[in-house]
Amino acid sequence: MTDPKTYSFNTKTLHSGHQPDKNFGSRAVPIYQTTSYLFQDADHAAALFNLEEGGHIYSRISNPTISVLEERVAALEGGSAALATASGMSAMSLAILNICSAGDHVVSSSQLYGGSFNLLRLTLKRFGIETTFVKPRDTEGFKKAIQPNTKCIWGELIGNPGIEIMDIPEISKIAKEANIPLMVDGTFNTPYLCNLFDLGADIITHSLTKWMAGHGTSMGGIIVEKGDFDWTKGNKFPTMTEPYEGYHGLSFAEEFGPAAFTMRARAEGMRDFGPCMSPTNAFNILMGIETLSVRMEKHLSNTQIMLDYLINNQNVSWVNHPSLPDHPDHKVASKLMPKGAGSMIAFGIKGGKEAGHAFINALKLTSHLANVGDAKSLVIHPASATHSQMDKKSLELAGLTEDMIRFSVGLEDMEDIMTDFDIGFKASQRPRLVASK
Amino acid sequence: MKVKINGKDAYYTSSGREIDKNQPTIVFVHGSGLTHVTWVLQTRYFAFHGYNTIAVDLPGHGESEGPALNTIEEMADWIADLINSLGINKTSYVGHSQGCLVGLEFAERHPDKLELLALINGSLSMKMNSELLELAINKDQKAVDLMMDWVHGPLGHKGGHPVPGLSHMGMGNQLVSSNNNGTLGVDFNACDQYTNGEAAASNIKHPTLCIIGKHDKMTPKKVGVELASKIKDSKSVILEESGHMSVLETASDTKNLLKDFFRAHRNAS
Repeated sequence: MTDPKTYSFNTKTLHSGHQPDKNFGSRAVPIYQTTSYLFQDADHAAALFNLEEGGHIYSRISNPTISVLEERVAALEGGSAALATASGMSAMSLAILNICSAGDHVVSSSQLYGGSFNLLRLTLKRFGIETTFVKPRDTEGFKKAIQPNTKCIWGELIGNPGIEIMDIPEISKIAKEANIPLMVDGTFNTPYLCNLFDLGADIITHSLTKWMAGHGTSMGGIIVEKGDFDWTKGNKFPTMTEPYEGYHGLSFAEEFGPAAFTMRARAEGMRDFGPCMSPTNAFNILMGIETLSVRMEKHLSNTQIMLDYLINNQNVSWVNHPSLPDHPDHKVASKLMPKGAGSMIAFGIKGGKEAGHAFINALKLTSHLANVGDAKSLVIHPASATHSQMDKKSLELAGLTEDMIRFSVGLEDMEDIMTDFDIGFKASQRPRLVASK
Repeated sequence: MKVKINGKDAYYTSSGREIDKNQPTIVFVHGSGLTHVTWVLQTRYFAFHGYNTIAVDLPGHGESEGPALNTIEEMADWIADLINSLGINKTSYVGHSQGCLVGLEFAERHPDKLELLALINGSLSMKMNSELLELAINKDQKAVDLMMDWVHGPLGHKGGHPVPGLSHMGMGNQLVSSNNNGTLGVDFNACDQYTNGEAAASNIKHPTLCIIGKHDKMTPKKVGVELASKIKDSKSVILEESGHMSVLETASDTKNLLKDFFRAHRNAS
């Protein structure tokens, strides 16, 4: 018996979702920079609006360039469908609001990007959606936090910025037992490092702005649906199963089965909240995805070089990365991500907060900014930037310390980054006018 | 919607519409290991344009209670029982792949209940590759993977789904995997054992439309043409870009062919 001849990962990064242009033979994905699309006739318009047939109406809802991106990421993840959004945060918001209403509850890992944490902690709370936070290593804690009105578990495989690893297969068992979907932000791992659906996730989101696009040029997010979650079981998800007045009594689960979540998120979420991606950004992100594998390989090898450098640096008090044998999650990280646990490193500078500031201010090559997953190396001091809106208690819950530097390892020659860091470390250890606390 | 057939839950969707006895009815029957979801890009059109649409989950598939039926003949009788239970005297029938064999047998066993027949990616018989059959009987995921390879043409493999954001391979994989609990093996075996196709086709007097995929590896173009040649009042159309999944790979073309076929015969009557 022959083996199935379906496309492999790297081929998918280059081809999935795209049929070359029939009019002009354009090999690259064209940028359809248009707001709207001509209807063939009145019947065609009615059919599109009633979801009787596929096609594009208005670029807030869908767009041909963006559709290629959606299919490509769905193919890379092995999902049934995907919906691209303006940013990773809008992907998260839409995913949760797709099944949660006032009075519902979310159980979430406490190790999240600051924006994600505040969405759950503050913003959704204003709309009657409460969240219980659990430390990602506290597997039993997730189980205990589930209530009758809990609609999903949320987390990041590689927590930001503390780099704790969430044991997705174990948490998935808990979600399945409770008949709720496990939603995982896979931004830091990308489909190159692991397949979150194979590990047990039901819904994946990405900030495509980061490693997937890879060049720090374009904002974007995506929701990917695996397609085997049973929304009908237990009558727990009315937005998926009950007739929806907005589409003549349509039940998304009944009509669209494995793509029900995506179809609802597009039909209602993009229609009403409207966080659409720009077609040009979709094109830029597609260009990035074409080289995902080669970039990720280099990100990983450069990360190892920088880990060796930082571990042996006398000005560094601690280094945190799951590939290090002394990392508490080393074993689970090696199991879930055998190629490597990403290119985010956290480290502490001797001298605390002020030393951290001096280090960052002295760097000449490494960029100080609020992003990760760029081709360029990036650093930030989370306590004063990305997580600055969090109080001390929340910082502790998120596993942050004031001396922490978050380092996104880029694709430069690492000798140059090490030279840059040497300058930074030297500056960090100079006597300062204000003593460290 | 669920009704009881032989004491078991039988599921169908009518696209959220009430069945209107004054309207013509079309039953849609899926292929091996699939469900009613296959038809969404055809059924919603007809449901909102003057037809009752009944897209079924055969026993053991999707939301219908098992076990799966062992023979094509049993499936044809089950369809007849279903439309009887809904108080429908006559129906048109649209089948895909295995659903075409069921359609041939439905026409053979229940000719008085049939109005028009449409057979998509069909053939007179479906002898299965013995290793694929064994994989499916053993609930091996490789059966699904091979099926996804073979049922999709170049368009399905690469992508370009008519519904923005949906993946042909991903959707198909999930639908069939959900029935790879033994049901797929029972389906394949039923197809393999069915031998009455040629006789049944020769007896069909009803107007019939055969839709054929140029890149179909499961029921290649020549067997689709052969099927059409055995049915007296038949018309066949070859879809240039389609593999075996014409209902999804070339969904609009398939819907438009069905629309023209039903409209022409409705006007004539």
